[in-house]
Amino acid sequence: MGIIHEVKMTVRYAHLIGELVKRDLKLKYRRSFLGYFWSLLNPLMMMSVMMVVFSYMFRFNIENYPLYLICGQTVFNFFNESTNKAMYAILENAPLLKKVYVPKCVFPLARVLSCFTTMALSLLAVLIVMIFTRVQFHLSMLLFFVPLVFLLFFASGVGMILSGLAVKFQDVTHLYGVLTMVLMYATPIFYPIEAVPESVARFIRLNPLYSIIYLFRELMLYGRIPPAPNWLYAAGASLAMFVLGSLLFDHMRKDFIYYI
Amino acid sequence: MSNMIEANNVSMHFIMEQERTNTLKEYMVKLVRRKLRFSRFTALDNVSFNIQRGESVALIGQNGSGKSTMLKIIAGVMDATEGSVRVNGSIAPLIELGAGFDPDLTGRENVYLNGALLGHKHRYMQENYDEIVSYAELEQFIDVPVRSYSSGMIARLGFSIATHVQADILVVDEVLAVGDYNFQRKCNQRMSRMLKEGKTLLFVSHDTKLVKRLCKRAIWLDHGHLMADGPAREVCDAYREWMKGQEQ
Repeated sequence: MGIIHEVKMTVRYAHLIGELVKRDLKLKYRRSFLGYFWSLLNPLMMMSVMMVVFSYMFRFNIENYPLYLICGQTVFNFFNESTNKAMYAILENAPLLKKVYVPKCVFPLARVLSCFTTMALSLLAVLIVMIFTRVQFHLSMLLFFVPLVFLLFFASGVGMILSGLAVKFQDVTHLYGVLTMVLMYATPIFYPIEAVPESVARFIRLNPLYSIIYLFRELMLYGRIPPAPNWLYAAGASLAMFVLGSLLFDHMRKDFIYYI
Repeated sequence: MSNMIEANNVSMHFIMEQERTNTLKEYMVKLVRRKLRFSRFTALDNVSFNIQRGESVALIGQNGSGKSTMLKIIAGVMDATEGSVRVNGSIAPLIELGAGFDPDLTGRENVYLNGALLGHKHRYMQENYDEIVSYAELEQFIDVPVRSYSSGMIARLGFSIATHVQADILVVDEVLAVGDYNFQRKCNQRMSRMLKEGKTLLFVSHDTKLVKRLCKRAIWLDHGHLMADGPAREVCDAYREWMKGQEQ
């Protein structure tokens, strides 16, 4: 059946995405002592480690380095975690998919969304760093959610592609770990983009993740609203990835039943 | 009378890769060398039937006869290679009881999750919640993770959810073998009641005794071919005779 039918069914099953997200959130910290507090604590601890490492070993001349770090890290970690979880979404729900009709994209999407919810909690950590480093608050900072929405679309697109590919080729799951590592170094998270030669920086600026981090940092660190081309590029790349992911997933989903 | 399920000339071919290509490298190598060989396996061959509202129909046949494939096509899990299946109404699959349960969630949480998987809203499940739990006789254990349930408890909860949700067609795939005598009796009562309410029942089994008791009509499949379609008693007897003939 066609993609239009599948989109309709996905909308009809939207509440299932809600239930799946609820499940993930409930189970994430069940049986842990600090519970949701971890979503706040974790980024702060990681930021501290990176700060120690990079202030002693490599020195970058960046104003308000803690905030610079945690902004990049929040965005990148969400992308890393959500796409990795989405990759296994179809494989791990195989027993179910063999028995009941459910629009299949529900599973990777639910995983990305539950990571997004925990990421939203981690934003408190960003706020804490902002207060501690005495950042001047500006009204423009309220736009912080816009780059994050772009990010949600981007991660959903990548997540759908990975979840579909992993069904047919298990290699993808091994390969992706290396790919995310490459991506981590290709995204200025702990270094400034000025630290790399212009010939490389040109390509890094095309990295959609960096374009999102750039918007987020400009807003959170300086309260500056970046110029329109930056917004357009990030929005365009994210939307394009989402559309591409949906189309590829729709193409692959018909074969899932033969492999799971 | 309206047709609830219409199967028109349904054929299902599986394409089996001669050697399974599980890795990308192998796949590429074979693609380049044009060595991707496939063989065709026909699970269903031109099968047609109609099932009307309120009917109780059994699909019978040996292992590998295509019963489960037919069921999967009806449930919308698979698409037929040729022909079409039209289903007019909602289906409640009695999926291998507990397939949709998350072992780490409590019984209560699983009721809502399972309901959502079957396409029901949270509110709807809320309205039916008490009845589901009391029917499954799990009031005491409902806030315990399903991980610690016995298989009988899981089966009861699964059956209870599937039969309390509103659906026009109940699809049962050899799940009633689990559970003790009491549970089986309760299941049978419940299914009889659903039939009285005008629901349609599609039952898959090779237990001809159970089929004769529950269903009025039987469809016999063998190696993907439709062998017989008629009153359950006659078809079941023919099937048993044929099985005996096969043994000799």
